[in-house]
Amino acid sequence: MFSYLGVVIRMKYEIIIGLEIHAELSTKSKIFCSCTTEFGGEANTHCCPICLGMPGTLPVLNRKVVEYAVKAGLAMNCKIEEFSKLDRKNYFYPDLPKAYQISQYNLPICRDGYVDIDTGSGRKRIGITRIHIEEDAGKLIHDDESMSSFIDYNRCGVPLIEIVTEPDLRSSEEAKAFLESIKAILQYTGVSDCKMQEGSLRADVNLSIRPVGQKEFGVRTEMKNLNSFRSVVRAIEWEAQRQIEVIESGGSVIQETRRWDDNTGMSYSMRSKEEANDYRYFPEPDLVPVIIDGKWIEEIKKSLPELPDVRKKRYMSDYGLPEYDAWILTRSKALSDFFETAVSKSKNVKAVSNWIMGDLLRILKEKEMEVEDIPFPAEYLARLVDLIDNGTISSTIGKAVFQKMFATGKEPEVIVKEEGMEVISDETELNHIVRKIIMNNPQSVADYKNGKQKAFGFLVGQAMKETKGKGNPKIINKLLKDLLG
Amino acid sequence: MGDIRVELYELTAHELGNLIRRRKISVIELTKSLLDRISNTDCILGSYISVCEEEAIERAKQIQLKIDSGGDCPPLAGIPMALKDNICTRGIRTTCASKMLADFVPPYNATVVEKMYSQGTILLGKLNMDEFGMGSTTENSFFKKTRNPWDTERVPGGSSGGPAAAVAGGEAIFALGSDTGGSIRQPAAFCGIVGMKPTYGAVSRFGLVAFASSLEQIGPLTKDVTDCALVLNAITGYDRMDSTSVDIKHPDYTKALVNDVKGMKIGIPKEYIDRGINNEVKKAILNAAEVFKKLGAECEEFSLPLTEYMVPVYYLISSAEASSNLARYDGIRYGYRAEKYSGLSDLYIKSRSEGFGAEVKRRIILGTYALSADYYDFFYKKALQLRTLIYDSFSRTFEKYDLIMGPTSPATAYKINEKTDNPLEMYLADIYTVPANLAGLPGIAVPCGFDSNGLPIGLQLTGKPFDESTLLRAAYTFEQNTEYHRIRPKVDR
Repeated sequence: MFSYLGVVIRMKYEIIIGLEIHAELSTKSKIFCSCTTEFGGEANTHCCPICLGMPGTLPVLNRKVVEYAVKAGLAMNCKIEEFSKLDRKNYFYPDLPKAYQISQYNLPICRDGYVDIDTGSGRKRIGITRIHIEEDAGKLIHDDESMSSFIDYNRCGVPLIEIVTEPDLRSSEEAKAFLESIKAILQYTGVSDCKMQEGSLRADVNLSIRPVGQKEFGVRTEMKNLNSFRSVVRAIEWEAQRQIEVIESGGSVIQETRRWDDNTGMSYSMRSKEEANDYRYFPEPDLVPVIIDGKWIEEIKKSLPELPDVRKKRYMSDYGLPEYDAWILTRSKALSDFFETAVSKSKNVKAVSNWIMGDLLRILKEKEMEVEDIPFPAEYLARLVDLIDNGTISSTIGKAVFQKMFATGKEPEVIVKEEGMEVISDETELNHIVRKIIMNNPQSVADYKNGKQKAFGFLVGQAMKETKGKGNPKIINKLLKDLLG
Repeated sequence: MGDIRVELYELTAHELGNLIRRRKISVIELTKSLLDRISNTDCILGSYISVCEEEAIERAKQIQLKIDSGGDCPPLAGIPMALKDNICTRGIRTTCASKMLADFVPPYNATVVEKMYSQGTILLGKLNMDEFGMGSTTENSFFKKTRNPWDTERVPGGSSGGPAAAVAGGEAIFALGSDTGGSIRQPAAFCGIVGMKPTYGAVSRFGLVAFASSLEQIGPLTKDVTDCALVLNAITGYDRMDSTSVDIKHPDYTKALVNDVKGMKIGIPKEYIDRGINNEVKKAILNAAEVFKKLGAECEEFSLPLTEYMVPVYYLISSAEASSNLARYDGIRYGYRAEKYSGLSDLYIKSRSEGFGAEVKRRIILGTYALSADYYDFFYKKALQLRTLIYDSFSRTFEKYDLIMGPTSPATAYKINEKTDNPLEMYLADIYTVPANLAGLPGIAVPCGFDSNGLPIGLQLTGKPFDESTLLRAAYTFEQNTEYHRIRPKVDR
C-alpha cells in the first residue's frame, strides 16, 4: 500500500485516535414512547405522535434505557452519576421531527471508565470519557429516478448510547481491537445486539497526528458514521496518511468534519470548524433529571453476566486453553455460548475447542454465516467428538460428518449410520485388504524391510485409502506388522 | 328582578349543575342556549376560531341520556365549555391561532380534554389566542382580533383572550386556557372574570402545544371562584404521559371554599404598587387589602427582591424554549408549507417565514440568540441562575406569608392597536404575572373593581406550590364580601 519511503516517513509520526461509538440498545420499546424498536417493518409503521414529535406531545423516559446505560457503564468500569439530565441538541434536518435530538450534554449517566484491550505489545488500557443516552433519528431515502426524498421514521426514537473514548488509541489495529472488545461487552451484557449491517453499532473517528516525541496533540479531524470495523480501519489508515502528507508538504491540518466514502476509499471534507453547527444545547424542560440511587446501581451490578475478559481468563485456567484460543472463543458471546454448551456435554475440551477454532469458524467465514445461523445445536458437536473419541469413526471421517451436519442439520450418529461411515474393525475384512496392499506394493515392502520406517506409513495410508478412510488404523497397523514380520 | 329573564348562558357552572341534576333544564337546551349566544355575539367578540355545533349537540344528547338513565353525574356534567386553541382535540383542528397550523387536526386528545370528556362537559369549540400564546392582547392571531365584552374597542388581553372574552361574554360557561407568563390571569383581569394558573406540575401538559415548557400550565377561566374550584378538581392530577406532572394527591378544592380569612398573612410587594402602575388599579388593590383586613387577615407591604429582573429573565427563558419548541414546524410533515421553494433550506426558510407571524418570529430570533454558543453564558445561563434566586426569594417570602397579593396587570384593557407598535412596553406589563411562572407558583386573578371607563380590574393572589386551597379560600372570601363578580358586561356593537 505504501512505498518504503512512505513507511519511513510514517514512522516519524504518532497517530492519535479517539472514538465516539453509537450503539443501539436492545430494549423492546423506544426511548420516549412505547413504539417497538424492531428492525425492518414497512416505512413509518413503527411510530406514533410522540416519536414523530407532533405538537403537544411529550417524551417519557424509558427506565430500561437508563438501566442498560448503567449496565454498559459498569461493564466498562465507569463511575455512575447519581444525578444526570437530558438536554436538547437543536438542528434542522427532515429525519429529526422535533428539530432537536434529546441527548445528554454536560451531565452524562456514566463517566471515567476504561476497557483493556490486547495489542501486539500486550495489554493496553483505553480510557472511556463518558457514556450518555440519546435518541436515534429517522432515515432519508433518496430516489434518483423521481428526484425526490422520502423519510422513514421507524428508527426515530430508538435508544442509543454514545461511548466516547479518551484519545488513547494509537493505530487502526488498536481501534479495531477496542471496537471488538466494546462489541463483545455490549453483546455479553445484552445492552446491544451490535448488528453492524442494521446500523446498530456505528463509530465516529477523531484523528490527529504528531511527530513522535511531541507532547501536544495535533489538529484533529472527525470522520462520521463508519458502520463496519473494516471501514474504521481503512478510514484511519487513509486519514492518517492524508494528514502526514499535508504536514510533510509543509501544510497544516484543518479542524473539520470529514465524510468517509467506503466506495472510493477516501474521506471528503464536509464542514470546517467555522461552519460547524451551533447545537444550542439546553436542558430538556419536558423531562425531569435522571436520579440513579446506589441501591439500583447495586441491583444492576448483580445482574451483570460474566464479561468477556473474565471468561477468557477462566477458559485459560479451567480448560487450559492457550490465550489466543481463549480470546477467539470469547470475542463473540454467541460463539462462546456455543463452546460452553458443547463443552458441558463433552469430556474432550481441547477437541471441542479445536473443532470450533478450525472447521467451524472456517465454514462460517466461507458461507458468510453468523454463529446464530449454525443449523445444529452445540450438543451435536460434543457428540461428534465422542464418536471420534470412542472409535466409532475416524477423525478423517469426522470432518466429512461435520460437513454433512452443516448441510443438513442432522445428528452425527444419524449421518454416520445413513452414510455407512462406521470404522471397519472386522479383522477378516481388513486382513484381506492389507494382503492386497502388500501384494501391490513390493517396492515399499522391500524398503520397509530395509529399515525405511517411512514406507510403513505409506502402506498404512494405502490401506486407509482402500477402505475410504473407514478402516480402523490400529488394527491395520497391527495386521501390517504381523504380516511383514 | 322579577320579570327580568335570566338567560342560561349567564349562569355559572355550579348554578347550572344544580339545575341539570334537579332536571330543571336539559343539557340540550343549555347547549343550544350557548350556541345561539355564540351565533348572536361572536361576530362581535370573535372569541372562537372553531365552533363545534353538531358535535356539541350530539354530545349534549348523549350526556342527557346518561343523566336520564340515572348514570353517574359529575359536577360538571352537561356544562358547555370551550378550549383555547392550543389544547389538542382529536379530530378537531387545533391551530394555535397560527397560519402554520391553520389546518392541523391532531389524532390525539390532550389529557385535560380526556378529563373534560370524562366529566361529561360539552365542548363548544376552540378559542382565539395570540399565535402560539405569544402576546398579551390576542392581536397576534392569524385569524382574527377578539374584542373585550366590556368595550369592544378594546382588547380582551392575552394570550388567552378568546377564553376570557367567551366566558365574560356568555359564549361559554367556562374555558380552559394556558398560562406561560400570565396568559390566563391577565385576560381574566381584563375581562372581569376569575382565572387561575395552577402550580407547575399540577395539571398535565400532554396535548398542550408547547410555547415554553418549563413555565406553562393549563388552567380554568371561570365566572366565579366556586367554578374555578370545580374545574380545578377536574383537571389536576398526575399523568404518566407528562414527566413534569407531580404525583401527589390533590385535595377536593371545593372544600377550600370557606368564607374566612381570619389570621391569614398576606404580603403586598412594595415594588408592585410603588411605580409603573395605573392609579385606579393601585387604588382598587389597596382597597382590596382593606377588605381583607376588615375580614381579619393581616396585610402588610414588604420588599420582594429581584422584581426588576423578572421580565428579562422570563423573556430570555421563554423565548429560548420557544425557539426550540417551534423548530418542528418546518413544513415537512404537517402544517404550512410554502408553495414554491428550491431545495431543503429554501423550503424551511420560506415555510417558516410565511407560516409564522411577526411576534413569533421576534421571539424565535431572541431565543435562538440567547442560546447561541457565544451568548449562552451571558443570557440563557444568567437567566437560569436568576430563576433559581427568584425561586429562593419566594420560598423565603412564603416562610412569612400565606399569600402574596398585588395587581394582575398595571393597567386595564388597552384599546385595539394601542400597543402593537411597542412590543417592549407590552412585555414590561407582564411584570406581575411572570414571577409565578418563573417560580412555578399558583396564581389567581379575581375581579376587584372597575376603572373610570367601566373596565374591570383584577386582583392577583399568588400562593405556595400546591397550596391552591389557600388561594381559593382567600379569593372566595373576597368574592363573598364584594359584588364585582356579579356585574356582567352587555355585549353590543
